[in-house]
Amino acid sequence: MWNELRSAGVIAALALCAGARAEDARRSGFDDMGPGTQAMQREDSSNPGMLSALEGESLWSAPAGPAQTSCASCHGEASASMKGVAARYPAFDTASQRPLDLAGRISQCRDQRQQAGPLPRESRELVALTTYVGLQSRGQPIAPPEDARLTPFRDAGKALYSQRMGQLNFSCAQCHDENAGGHLGAALIPQAHPTGYPLYRLEWQATGSLQRRLRNCMIGTRAEPFTYGGLEYIELELFLMQRAAGMAIETPAVRP
Amino acid sequence: MNGGLMRSATTRRNALALGLGALTITLTRPARATPEIMEQAIKAFTGGKRVQEGRVTFDISLLVENGNSVPFSVLVESPMTKADHVTRIGIFNEKNPLPDVAIFTLTPRCGRASVASRMRLNDTQFITAIAELSDGSYWSAVSEVIVTLPACVED
Amino acid sequence: MARALINVPAKAKRGEIIEIKTLMAHPMETGFRTGVDGKLVPRDIITQFVCTYNGEVVFSAELFPAITANPFLAFTTIATESGALVFSWTDNHGQTQVQTAPIHVE
Ligand code: HEC
Ligand code: HEC
Repeated sequence: MWNELRSAGVIAALALCAGARAEDARRSGFDDMGPGTQAMQREDSSNPGMLSALEGESLWSAPAGPAQTSCASCHGEASASMKGVAARYPAFDTASQRPLDLAGRISQCRDQRQQAGPLPRESRELVALTTYVGLQSRGQPIAPPEDARLTPFRDAGKALYSQRMGQLNFSCAQCHDENAGGHLGAALIPQAHPTGYPLYRLEWQATGSLQRRLRNCMIGTRAEPFTYGGLEYIELELFLMQRAAGMAIETPAVRP
Repeated sequence: MNGGLMRSATTRRNALALGLGALTITLTRPARATPEIMEQAIKAFTGGKRVQEGRVTFDISLLVENGNSVPFSVLVESPMTKADHVTRIGIFNEKNPLPDVAIFTLTPRCGRASVASRMRLNDTQFITAIAELSDGSYWSAVSEVIVTLPACVED
Repeated sequence: MARALINVPAKAKRGEIIEIKTLMAHPMETGFRTGVDGKLVPRDIITQFVCTYNGEVVFSAELFPAITANPFLAFTTIATESGALVFSWTDNHGQTQVQTAPIHVE
């Protein structure tokens, strides 16, 4: 879809719609949502993303692998051991000499420590566990690690963010910096802060990862999306997390 | 493709192409209810009895960001006693593939005639909430909902 | 296995009207959607929801494909006595899932 976007009219509309943008204030996507969607996120008993957290909670203590260990057998109560963890990912993984996002770390733990095999990207189980671990950092400020080994990857993410891509030849920055607060069709263009992931997107009717969200934006610009788990996504996430440093984690958020 | 259960890709594409959002969508899809079909569903619910306006407060956003999940609530003025209570609340739409959304059955033990849920709407349209009372009367409220479309969807 | 999130106040005063909220993990596949293979994805929806309070039905609902995936339902009941609220969701294949929430009435 979206090929018609190339028509000059829409691109003009996109530029024109960019209204008064706050100069300094960073806004979570939450602040741009309608009151109905905000209410859905605000209360756990009405937030469908909590269903994924609930499933993650039961997976946390479900035995798996040859030794029939669970995440809980090694990590104990997630509310203690996982508190603040999501706020400092992606982190550098010494073994593979590259950064890992939270889902990658969880899958690695499940594969190598629990010996129950890796969990496929975007599988219900991996999304559920990541949501449950992410929930333990809700309300905490995003705190990217000061690890020099991450710097080149974060810089690569920054470059990707400003690079034009796809048949529409748009960069992330053109939409999310230059036109944030404006509209694309009827949708409001947010500032693209990764505060809520994994989150429940009404469009998906499911909980999904930041990579799935970024994939949607790439499809939107008619770019060939990176493969799930690919380094490019993790580089982008490193940059987005740095850009959102200090903002509060909302996992599991709700977005339209 | 995971989303857009009830909308066709064509509908979205044209909305974006026009750059005007959902306010302008008039495309039809093969199977959809019509105001006439909704009338029939309402007749089936009321047994053809007269429906009066009033007593029903139907709370639903006028403008929604995604038709996949539109929160709504219904509150009916009623003492909810054995002698005088709301027995059922029906929700009907005119443009989804089926005219019925939900039928709630209440009892005096509810204490209050108050329900809330979320519905899918594949287009801007009028939604009707009808309450059936224990005295056999029917009361209704109608709301218009304007459905806008998200950008950057999958595939 | 699908699971539900249920919000019932653990404690209530006798005669108090309490609000109950339920969210059930379920795709609510409408049966109107075509899959990648061009065929209709078969309908898979919850059609019936029932809430009983110590065995007596207090609220029920008939649901259609227009109800959102992971259906949310909120309603009220009068706290009459301590016991259990039992919730059941039945799909169009006749499968039922049941979940229970205790309530303490003072
Ligand atoms: C056999 C023991 C074991 C099991 C089972 C296990 N882990 Fe781990 N996990 C570890 C160890 C050891 C570390 C590394 C701790 C460190 O580096 O400080 C770790 C690290 C982690 C981290 C990164 C923590 C951080 O502070 O960066 C996460 C997240 C995690 N595990 C999640 C899980 C999940 C989810 C499961 C279940 C699917 C699981 N683990 C199962 C032993 C285990
Ligand atoms: C043509 C404009 C456009 C481009 C280019 C674009 N996006 Fe988006 N993006 C959007 C819109 C519009 C939304 C949200 C509304 C929607 O999708 O309905 C969004 C949402 C997001 C979100 C979700 C924010 C939240 O609150 O959860 C993130 C993160 C994001 N984009 C990152 C990116 C990145 C990274 C790129 C570059 C790879 C990119 N976007 C490219 C328009 C764009």
